[in-house]
Amino acid sequence: MPEKYHIKTRPVPPRGPRIGKHGVVDWREDCARCHNCVKKACVYDRYRQEVDYIRGLTEVSALFFDCMGCFSCVQDCTKGLLRLSINPEYEKLGNRYWKPDIIKTTWLQAETAKIPVSGAGYRGPFSGPGFDSMWTDMSEIVRPTRDGIHGREYISTSVDIGRKLPFLSLNGNQSPASQPPLVSIPMPLIIDLSSPAHTLPKLDPIIEKAAANTGIIALMDSRYRPAKSEHLENIAFYLGPDSPPVPDELMRKTRLVEIADGPSVAARIKALKQVHPEIVVAIRVELTAAGVGRAIELAGLPDVETIHVVADANGDELTTQQPRFLKDMIRQIHTALIEKGGRDEITLMAGGGIALPEHMAKAIICGADLVTINLPLLIALECHLCESCRPGTPCPAKLENVDFNFAVGRMTNLIAAWHDQLIELMGAMGMREARRLRGDVGRAMFFEQLEEETFGKLYGTRTSR
Amino acid sequence: MLDARARPAAPEAGALPISALLPENTLKTRVPQEPVERVTRPAPSRYRNEIAKYFVHRSQDCRLCGKCTEVCSYGVHAHPSGYKYFGEPLHHLCIGPSCEKTDHYCVAHCPNGALQVREDPMYQVLGDARWSSDLILATWKMAETGDVPPAGYDYDYECGKSGGGFDRLRFRFPDRPPVALRADEIDTSVCLNKRGDGRPKITIDVPWYGGGMSFGSVSNVTQLSKARAAVAFNTFTCTGEGGFMERMRPYDDHVITQVATGLFGVREETIQRVPIVEFKYAQGAKPGLGGHLLGDKNTPAVARMREAVLGISLFSPFPFHSVYSIEDHMKHIDWIKHVNRRALISTKVSTPTDVDMVAVGSYSAGTHIVHIDGGYGGTGAAPDIAKKNIAMPIEYAIGKVHRFLSDEGVRDKVTLIASGGIRSAYDVAKAIALGADGVVIGTSEMVALGCVRCSRCESGRGCPRGIATTDTELAAKMELDWGTQRLINLYSAWRKVLVSILQRLGLRSVSELRGRTDLMMHLDYTNNGAKTA
Repeated sequence: MPEKYHIKTRPVPPRGPRIGKHGVVDWREDCARCHNCVKKACVYDRYRQEVDYIRGLTEVSALFFDCMGCFSCVQDCTKGLLRLSINPEYEKLGNRYWKPDIIKTTWLQAETAKIPVSGAGYRGPFSGPGFDSMWTDMSEIVRPTRDGIHGREYISTSVDIGRKLPFLSLNGNQSPASQPPLVSIPMPLIIDLSSPAHTLPKLDPIIEKAAANTGIIALMDSRYRPAKSEHLENIAFYLGPDSPPVPDELMRKTRLVEIADGPSVAARIKALKQVHPEIVVAIRVELTAAGVGRAIELAGLPDVETIHVVADANGDELTTQQPRFLKDMIRQIHTALIEKGGRDEITLMAGGGIALPEHMAKAIICGADLVTINLPLLIALECHLCESCRPGTPCPAKLENVDFNFAVGRMTNLIAAWHDQLIELMGAMGMREARRLRGDVGRAMFFEQLEEETFGKLYGTRTSR
Repeated sequence: MLDARARPAAPEAGALPISALLPENTLKTRVPQEPVERVTRPAPSRYRNEIAKYFVHRSQDCRLCGKCTEVCSYGVHAHPSGYKYFGEPLHHLCIGPSCEKTDHYCVAHCPNGALQVREDPMYQVLGDARWSSDLILATWKMAETGDVPPAGYDYDYECGKSGGGFDRLRFRFPDRPPVALRADEIDTSVCLNKRGDGRPKITIDVPWYGGGMSFGSVSNVTQLSKARAAVAFNTFTCTGEGGFMERMRPYDDHVITQVATGLFGVREETIQRVPIVEFKYAQGAKPGLGGHLLGDKNTPAVARMREAVLGISLFSPFPFHSVYSIEDHMKHIDWIKHVNRRALISTKVSTPTDVDMVAVGSYSAGTHIVHIDGGYGGTGAAPDIAKKNIAMPIEYAIGKVHRFLSDEGVRDKVTLIASGGIRSAYDVAKAIALGADGVVIGTSEMVALGCVRCSRCESGRGCPRGIATTDTELAAKMELDWGTQRLINLYSAWRKVLVSILQRLGLRSVSELRGRTDLMMHLDYTNNGAKTA
């Protein structure tokens, strides 16, 4: 049996104080100095920790917000002076799509590499837009299932990138004729190019090392030169329309390369294959209004192996008035390819708006073979997504001063936690292989469909959303 | 000895005395059963400052005239005799600015303008989309008083704010009930054995029972409080996985014990003690994932009960490693039925796409109760990714299972119990109207005991509120009598709400409500009648 895929992790605590959701404020004078809150009420001893924190401060960069929100001190205060409040710094994190709880859970996973676990039931809305409008299935008793991350049985998360043969042709007893090259990576995740707003040259070697640690692949600008040549296996150069070429000897050590879409893609693929016949070439298709159609068209071309469709950072279609969401666009492409025949011959990578590990699983269920991410890794480094990444503006996460080992550790932890969570979802479904998850919409439940089956039949036509 | 088991408000479990129903092998485990009175008494918060919707501010301008104490009919302005100054106002009793319309608004009466009433900012901090702050405060109020919160408080305890499912369903109450019924004419009982297989026809007085919470996940006081409230209302509580305490023996007749995938704490003797045995295949909050008791929580007492090695992590795998088919499930059921000749069998499953098939399969394997636990159910600890994403919400599953059981012609041979997001008596009624016979509740009981849903049941020493913890210091925050009373009060208030719903709909019994989707509407739909498919 091949060695089990395992990512080595270690706890990497944040550099600054955590930005928790809750804070306790004493909002009126008249404290009796009874110290009930400090000594008795807070079972987490946060009051003392806060004092220690303040004592150790050299500059006031952030307040201490690590309250667990249990209301005990508030309710035990002799004078009833304390009030719990939502930390305004917490509410400022992220944006409409990358909500504060996404940022917070990403930070936690980057610190601990663990699956976030909590008590009490689900707290959020019934359903929501985008990936929140679907649920994954689980298997009860009639199908054999696995033991999830506890790993008594092996769940493979490997996927293959490249063109697959529609069938094997055997010549008598000989092994099958030559197969197109395939790149196998141990989990269905690729690190995408940083968005232009978040490009920081300092981060590239960090991403390189994190990709190498986890065995996945990072897309890099064609000008990038890796720190270690053995990491070339984990790097795929991106050749944009104006990118300078990559030296042949470097290209020959990589397994995957991505080119921008354009009229001459077939010729470019041929040229790259001449340099390095074993390389897999992906074509980057921006999901603009024409993106879905273009992806379907490209998949029909004989030389095309892999298509990488990319929505905007929030998973929305680019440059359209009423954008479709990534999940729906993936389903469209996937379904169209099935209808045309040959879905299995093409690899579909999808990116943009993949913010949580469940998005990875759900995008694959909708029809992508694997997903690509960039912002979650940036958030792992304590980025607030404050969108003020301009020279001269202070970065709250101090990304320009980030320590190499810290950053690699945090990114590695995050990828490990995502991997474990993918296994949890697959374990619950009774799935052994990420390859088989792709396009299996029968193992998911969609909001629209469930609503129609349940309430539509009873109460007429849905009027909202 | 057997006489001591007589319970005050409990109707017959079949017409025969229990002793006649008990086969030899189950009789020997019994001890005299302890009655608990179904009486509501005030059980105020165990904290000094109750969290409130409104805040009453008394400024320095107060001249201690006492006018406010005089006018306020809610007792907000506490002024203990013998004291010169007022105590902190009892904010949670205040009905807020809406009091302005009445003739006893303290702010208007204060001669010095020293009083102010406004919303407490903490009201916005409490709760979440599923359990809105109003729902939590109303549940506390019910647990405190045993009655429906007075209208003046303006708590919206009919729905949460999740924007879907139960929260968008409403009853269509007619202007006047089609049949005028007195409250005491309305029957809220549910029979749990519909198979007609000679086993006891156990009937519970209210259409709900307590969900499984294991020894170790909640404190002894919590577990016993749940059991005692179950006795008072002639319903059940469930032990969860991992066995149950000797101290539960006097309540055994109202206990369901679980056979879960780890088989922890399952012994012949524990099976024989109780009238219902529940097979737990999956839990709604973490469907398909099994359980994991952390090493820290495997204390000497837990290890003894689970017959495990002290201090090691204990995994309850998923699924039952001996069940890969309905036939295997049947084998398990037969085994339990043989060990306990009077037991009813419940099968607790989660809500996958094929939940309807699973339900019918369980029925054919011999189960009396099919218990479906929806994806948004409670838990002591579960991966966040599982709580949100795996399996469907219960609102979809109930109708699906109900219809399929009906189509298969077995709906009246099996009891369908729903759980996973039942937060109020309205949710109970809606779940039943969607097609369930009854429900299982869990989180709402925890809220009644003072839970604020901080989600910290699992970390470190456990629940900071002393409910879901085995830490002796934290667990000491709650007393058994208080806990029992809070739950009795909650049950009592819920029953009143349920009865009033049935009354307004003109239904004589809760079983008449089952499957009556026509009595509801959905706020996101046109509600212009069913579509013909």
